[in-house]
Amino acid sequence: MANFSKSNVPQFSVDVYQNEYLPEGGREVNAIVTVSATGGGTIGSAVAAPHLYTAGQGPDAAVAIMVDCSGSMDYPPAKMRNARDATAAAIDTLRDGVHFAVIGGTHVAKEVYPGNGRLAVADTATRDQAKQALRKLSAGGGTAIGTWLRLADRLLSSAEVSIRHGIVLTDGRNEHESPEDLRAALDSCAGRFTCDARGVGTDWEVKEVTGIASALLGTADIVADPAALAADFTHMMETAMGKEVADVALRLWTPVGTEIKFVKQVAPTVEELTARRAEAGPRAGDYPTGSWGDESRDYHVCVQVPTAAVGQEMLAARVSLVIPQGDGSVQNLGAQGLVRAVWTDDMVASTSINPQVAHYTGQAELAQVIQQGLDLRKAGDVDGATAKLGRAVQLAGASGNADTAKLLAKVVDVVDAAAGTVRLKARVAEADEMTLETRSTKTVRVKK
Amino acid sequence: MSQMPQPTALSRCPSCEEPLEAADRFCGACGYDLSAVSAPPQDHPTITMNGTSAGLPPAAPSVDWPLAPEVDSADVSAPVHRAADIRGTDSGGSELPHPEHPEHPHGDPAGVRPSVAKRPAGQPSGVRFDRPSEPDEYPLAPPAGEVRTAEGHPADGPDREVPADPRTADLPAPPAGAKVCVACRSGQVDTDGYCENCGHAQPRERDHMEQELGAVAAVSDRGLRHHRNEDAFAISSTALPDGSPAVVAVVCDGVSSATRPDEASLAASRAANESLLAALPLGTHPQQAMHEAIVAASEAVNALADPSTAQGEHAPHVNAPACTIVSAVVTSALLIVGWVGDSRVYWIPVDRSSLPARLTEDDSWAAQMVAAGLMNEAEAYADERAHAITGWLGADAYELEPHTVSFKPDRPGVVVVCTDGLWNYAEAAEDMAEVVPLDAAERPLHSAQVLVGHALDGGGHDNVTVAVMPFPAPSQGAGSA
Ligand SMILES: [Zn+2]
Ligand SMILES: [Zn+2]
Repeated sequence: MANFSKSNVPQFSVDVYQNEYLPEGGREVNAIVTVSATGGGTIGSAVAAPHLYTAGQGPDAAVAIMVDCSGSMDYPPAKMRNARDATAAAIDTLRDGVHFAVIGGTHVAKEVYPGNGRLAVADTATRDQAKQALRKLSAGGGTAIGTWLRLADRLLSSAEVSIRHGIVLTDGRNEHESPEDLRAALDSCAGRFTCDARGVGTDWEVKEVTGIASALLGTADIVADPAALAADFTHMMETAMGKEVADVALRLWTPVGTEIKFVKQVAPTVEELTARRAEAGPRAGDYPTGSWGDESRDYHVCVQVPTAAVGQEMLAARVSLVIPQGDGSVQNLGAQGLVRAVWTDDMVASTSINPQVAHYTGQAELAQVIQQGLDLRKAGDVDGATAKLGRAVQLAGASGNADTAKLLAKVVDVVDAAAGTVRLKARVAEADEMTLETRSTKTVRVKK
Repeated sequence: MSQMPQPTALSRCPSCEEPLEAADRFCGACGYDLSAVSAPPQDHPTITMNGTSAGLPPAAPSVDWPLAPEVDSADVSAPVHRAADIRGTDSGGSELPHPEHPEHPHGDPAGVRPSVAKRPAGQPSGVRFDRPSEPDEYPLAPPAGEVRTAEGHPADGPDREVPADPRTADLPAPPAGAKVCVACRSGQVDTDGYCENCGHAQPRERDHMEQELGAVAAVSDRGLRHHRNEDAFAISSTALPDGSPAVVAVVCDGVSSATRPDEASLAASRAANESLLAALPLGTHPQQAMHEAIVAASEAVNALADPSTAQGEHAPHVNAPACTIVSAVVTSALLIVGWVGDSRVYWIPVDRSSLPARLTEDDSWAAQMVAAGLMNEAEAYADERAHAITGWLGADAYELEPHTVSFKPDRPGVVVVCTDGLWNYAEAAEDMAEVVPLDAAERPLHSAQVLVGHALDGGGHDNVTVAVMPFPAPSQGAGSA
């Protein structure tokens, strides 16, 4: 198997992009931190062809698929059938040796396969059995996603594996538990497994689905057409199978007297991490990033430092990557980056903005104004919505975020993209509006 | 001016309340930069100005040198060559244009002295132009003997011992195996050179460097406003084929608007020094050796350019590493000066009744404007572009034009080789002479320290580097204790 001789422990690297120069009295330091994992076992063709994996190859993993079986899944009847087919496709994508379970979700959670509080181990036989069991899935009942997640957590934690991942499919609002119940379930599951969330159709709540993915460090998306579910599930499972290392945390050390203004992931999506800090010894804190395959993500770190005299230089933050261990120790992944502050009286140096920082500041604003614009639109504030979505069109165009620009063009008529002049469309397909909202946090990287 | 730096006015450190000595520039307890308390004077960072020369007549010589000051000028920055009998050539050996100075302030009727012997008594300067086309003015002949520097170092083995940074020298010794932060004195220093407590960068080796080789000494300092030292120097001694001494000093100033200026200055100073050390013992014409040294330095800096940033034929290395260079070679009879950029050489006679002189002409916007007759000196130097340099070493330099001049001083003196970090605080030759200690020829290291101190006391707005070398070069054994 020479093709698959890559070590399945990826190498992490950290690159820092910043303008380290501050004017006299300057205190705010901004940096884009690019974290890349390479050299792991992810090989696209192999993932797409799981039979090439022998048991034990790739990291051991456990996956729980949570399928909405509430009564609305029968309207139209094709929705339940598509959900079944999509789940079957995802099961086919499981590589041999991966632990898995299928959960049917209503106002309660039921084990569909294998049952009895266990996980199955994927092979040809169990994959067939699981697909047989899917036939039993029928629609009826309410929706309480928190109960699904808690059951998934119980099942996933029963396996001694390094990667734990869930997939949630829902078609409706989380009506049969309080938002606090869902919040509590997310809090108890956070850090224990990662989870992707998908809304099928247009009767679900965008903020619920994106909230699940955000809390559990997975992806969120809309599958407006149930017929597209199988392809999406296959892709999601491929990505899950490509994960090589879990529970990676971005560790930030800052000197005495500094204040961390914010830490957010800015690529591939905007994800606020500031409040998720876990203290990690003197002046250090860990920000969770979930599991990693061969991939690259960008983080925007903003630190306020005590000012120093012109000519002085200090370290504003040291960025490293760690995997917290159960016993309180950490595994350090080796890579680190330095965020620096250098005071100068060279105005040209201190007033220039690093292109990466400028770009991602714009991308974060783009996500924010889309959200605000859609909220104002729902609230009936046409002028407010027009202003926000106009700004979004301007930002998306200037930064080359073509996907978001296309989605915006389905919600507004663009009069002048460069100036941000738009008109709200009189009629907007619900799916288009929900797609824009769900994908508003997607960013693009700096144009080369 | 009330805003000038006045370190003596502080009785206690503004950071940690530690009592201060009158002359302290840094708090002895916490390392606080006391100069930062007061506003500094105008800065003249070394920057390049691409395209400046394009606006000038192409036929204009790069160096219109020497240049006489206006008679009525009371402006201290105006004098360029009051010692009007200084004359030079470019490396090609062709004579430079030489305007007449009928109203020379020192009553010197002509700018050129054909030889020392013809100099009337009481002439203000001891420096003179030596034509390279008259090689018999270089009485360089074998035999060669064993050559050692005055301090007994082998001629080719420069002493690289670097004294401790004065900013940290008086701090208590850190515990064994651990360095303690100079800024907060509580954190230890990590392997990156930052404090593990307050994050402050620790002094680096290049922040302050000193070297002495008997007949030449140099000091370089980061200054008070820049976060790293982008200047570099190299000094050395060797022997000509006849066994007489030749002393070398090279000083380079990294162009801060380019990438890796600190690497450029280091590479250039080393390459020029090595080139001179190789050429001089072989009997190469010293002015030719100087020219070749600058070319070697240029190639060393070019080699630093990252080829991946190449952007077409006309801008092959945008923002490639760049630096200035100035060098002096002193022998028993000659003083050879070479430069590109705005680093300078000053001549300070031991007998201070003789006039001092600046021996270099800046490759700067202001100098070019004056040379081209487009502005007078006062106008040119008042312009914000005045200090932009028009010549430098580096892959994005338009054309390398090394300037070399040979002098045959008729009296003892000291040669001051420096970056603008020093001459910004003593621009006119008379001002420089005022701050060069009277015993500079006997104590070059002390003098270099005093000169750097002068720049720091003035605000230390730029990196400061100066080499001090007595003329004539002390013969073998002279000066040793
Ligand atoms: Zn102090
Ligand atoms: Zn410290």
